[in-house]
Amino acid sequence: MDIAQQFPLLNRLVHGRRLVYLDTAATALKPLCVIEAERAYEQEFCANVHRGVHALSEQATREFESARSEVQHFIQAPSTQEIIFTSGTTESINLLAHSYSKAFLKPGDEIWISSLEHHSNLVPWQMAAKYYHCHLKVIPLDHVGEIPFGPTARLLAVTYASNALGVLNPLSSWIAQAKAHGMQVLIDAAQAAVHVPIDVQALGCDFLVFSGHKVYGPTGTGILWGREHLLEQMPPYQMGGDMIESVRFEDTRFAKLPAKFEAGTPNIAGVIGLGEALRWLKVQNHEALTALTQYAREQLLSVPGLRLFGDQPHKMPLWSFLLSDVHPHDISSIVDREGVAIRAGHLCAQPLMQLLGVSALVRASFGLYNTREDVDALVYALHQVRRVFRC
Amino acid sequence: MLDDLYQELILDHSRHPHHYGDLPGSTHSAHGHNPLCGDELFVYLVIENARIQNIRFQGEGCAISKASASLMTDELIGKTLQEARILFQEFHELLTQEKDQFDHLVKAQALRGVREFPVRVKCATLAWHTFEAALKEQAAEITTE
Repeated sequence: MDIAQQFPLLNRLVHGRRLVYLDTAATALKPLCVIEAERAYEQEFCANVHRGVHALSEQATREFESARSEVQHFIQAPSTQEIIFTSGTTESINLLAHSYSKAFLKPGDEIWISSLEHHSNLVPWQMAAKYYHCHLKVIPLDHVGEIPFGPTARLLAVTYASNALGVLNPLSSWIAQAKAHGMQVLIDAAQAAVHVPIDVQALGCDFLVFSGHKVYGPTGTGILWGREHLLEQMPPYQMGGDMIESVRFEDTRFAKLPAKFEAGTPNIAGVIGLGEALRWLKVQNHEALTALTQYAREQLLSVPGLRLFGDQPHKMPLWSFLLSDVHPHDISSIVDREGVAIRAGHLCAQPLMQLLGVSALVRASFGLYNTREDVDALVYALHQVRRVFRC
Repeated sequence: MLDDLYQELILDHSRHPHHYGDLPGSTHSAHGHNPLCGDELFVYLVIENARIQNIRFQGEGCAISKASASLMTDELIGKTLQEARILFQEFHELLTQEKDQFDHLVKAQALRGVREFPVRVKCATLAWHTFEAALKEQAAEITTE
């Protein structure tokens, strides 16, 4: 089946025009097989997992745990015990900021992040640093060479790729330096997981997080992977439900990994959908998307007054730009009337916007379902912006 | 519809805003901020005898928010606080109701096109809410003195 035909949403009209969805970096549209997997759970074997002894619960548990194995293979994790389901990247990082910090941070420790972080991998560490009297340090933009890690540097928490610019952090060099300092490393793969093959063992990181909805899976699903011996030392994040082993009024024994970090009834339909999304993703052809990104670059640069940001050869399939002096929100409103959905604003990366000297950007991000016609529609719409703003 | 929103008057005001800049000696001021889009606005006022003697604004934002702030300053300068309240009420009605006749609003009626773009209503009202905050801030100070 033609890939676009697998995405029912692409059939709808927006303001009377064909939908051109160029906001995949915010959330990817879902293929029919993912929608169908979620529907099947709700309609055919809806039951709670890990506790029922009846047929439905058994099936739900099997499908749920099968998704965990899918994630394990997707990131080359050594064991399913190390795969924790969360509600998304943000919850995964908040879990770490709570439990990792409690277990490992001491006053005076350094937590390092990069300049490219979105708010979800910045604010939790900013708060943890304040609470535990640690120092939050930032690797400068375009930094090359040695990072000035101090003797108390404890954690490097960095994004694989920028959600705002699409550019990649030099992870292998950074991780090697962090490891030489005895630090732990968290990789935020929210933007990268869908486009870059992830191998946590080859990367040599200690934690890796990403969201289901950016890899063509459902919203409200996410992953925290961590090394078993570290997760073992960390206290639980939330209490109740599956995360206990035995409870007395006086004391509680917590469950083993991964249940220890999975309190309450999880997003079962979502996790099953995520497993299906990963199965779907691995048989797709990703090369066309790289070619489309380069086509988009050429076409965008043909628009007078358009200025690209993060123009590097190896990057995520997205382009951020400004057009003359037209504010990104005005651009977004105008192209929306042409059926073109893009992102405009600070992209949840306000400190990066400050470093770039801009208040907002326009971002067009591509998915496996996009075509050259979609790029052409964007460029046509940008010419409409120029007509309206006479620029 | 797009051309209703981005008509010449709006573009002019966004590019060459009236009463733009700092206002030394202001008696009232407030900082307005839309956390979702990052737009920032400062409104400065000189109020004497319950009348807006002078008004200026400063800030970053889209064409709609800048033009709206500029048009607001044109509407409000020289008005009494009572008249300003009526103008704010009429501006609110302009954006939210199918009403085309206004007794007091003059130039800000050019923003009528925002009605068709619900997600942009916040852009158009940021300046007015900041103006209101500037008045309240001073009122709070008065009560504590």
